[in-house]
Amino acid sequence: MTGPVNERKASLNMASRPRLARGVRMREDKVRGRTVLLAPERTVALDETGIAILNQLDGKSTLRQVIDTLAETYDAPADVIEKDVVAFLDDLGARRFLEFES
Amino acid sequence: MNAPPGIHPPMAMLAELTHRCPLACPYCSNPLDLKTRAEELETREWVRVFGEAADLGVLHVHLSGGEPAARPDLVELTAAASGSGLYTNLITSGIGLNEKRMDALADAGLDHVQLSVQGVDEQAADRVGGYTGGYRRKMDVARMVRERRIPLTVNAVCHRQNMDDIHCIIDLAVELGARRLEVATVQFTGWATVNRQQLMPTRAQVAETTAAVELARRRLKGVLVIDYVPADYYATYPKACMGGWGRVGLNVDPSGKVLPCHAAEMIPGLVFDNVRDKSLAQIWYDGDAFNAFRGTEWMKQPCRTCERREIDFGGCRCQAMAIAGEAAFADPVCAKSPHRYLVDQAIESLGVDFVEADFRYRAAPERTR
Repeated sequence: MTGPVNERKASLNMASRPRLARGVRMREDKVRGRTVLLAPERTVALDETGIAILNQLDGKSTLRQVIDTLAETYDAPADVIEKDVVAFLDDLGARRFLEFES
Repeated sequence: MNAPPGIHPPMAMLAELTHRCPLACPYCSNPLDLKTRAEELETREWVRVFGEAADLGVLHVHLSGGEPAARPDLVELTAAASGSGLYTNLITSGIGLNEKRMDALADAGLDHVQLSVQGVDEQAADRVGGYTGGYRRKMDVARMVRERRIPLTVNAVCHRQNMDDIHCIIDLAVELGARRLEVATVQFTGWATVNRQQLMPTRAQVAETTAAVELARRRLKGVLVIDYVPADYYATYPKACMGGWGRVGLNVDPSGKVLPCHAAEMIPGLVFDNVRDKSLAQIWYDGDAFNAFRGTEWMKQPCRTCERREIDFGGCRCQAMAIAGEAAFADPVCAKSPHRYLVDQAIESLGVDFVEADFRYRAAPERTR
């Protein structure tokens, strides 16, 4: 399962197996009643969609599998889900919040 | 205690574990009057403060100094902060860290390391840091952080004497495997106030740096995130200092004194509470120093009716104090400030031909007493 980790360049395609990078974690913010993503000098408040996507990232499932699972779970068209997931993960990738198993 | 209406809980806490530091950077943000070792909070006191911070709503704790690795209990403190659920960031010069200690820190749950660099080659960097061998040590510490896959930020304070190397600073961050680079133009608080002539960049340097950062951000998208603090003295409007006074973060100094910002002690008349006497929640919500410049009620003109008053909160109180002579005045870098001419005079007095002048280095805590 643990191949070499490509930490250097975040590149996303349907075969990549994304997960949150070391030093990036999701936690409950009880005081403010929300879920946040914590990263170096950053706090990102997550909505239900973001939480659902991040819960699927385990470094084993490919992006394709993540999208299909979400489409099935939420009974939504895969192309709609795909658009949301790719936009969300592209943004996280640009911020260096993700790493990829290859 | 319950939060009064309109005051949000803090997001971040800067924990200045000690003012002791092997480096002597001439722009150190610590106050001129440094706390001694004897005055420092004990381990159990910091542990309690971390717990109180997490309960209050703090999400990020920045373990800083001085050099935090000068505390023999750094690993224990990191474990306590992490155990309270805080995102733990170590802000370090790298001096005092070795393989064994780095392993222990990683095991303690350290989330992020922010490593300062003073220059891009050994000679220049060690001259600014005032510590021979510092640069080499830092390169080694960067490797240790990278090998443990802890995210690394390179923190470069930029000023007149290193700003021309901005391209090399960016390349160095990439080479060291940093995920993030902080390019912070020197701010004139703390020790920088006594080295203003030697440190203040020229307008041309600032323009070049801004352009270089913009270009690098595009070139290095997905490789390196660059956070840039531009020189406010060449700007039209002030920075939203601290994201607003008593609005986002707080600072606990080595003796337990709680400050709205690291430089706040320079403002006369403010009374600062100590975590030895009161809870962090009491201090944040009820403390006189925190309420002194909260919101917009304290503002004078031109801030009071300015359309930007909730964007920049009137800028930096310490800068208003230092240059305009009163903390409640508008930050004098603002084009609307009647004191802007004082900033312009300081810029003009820089002169065109720059001769490398000697720094007045930061002292050690013991020597200031």
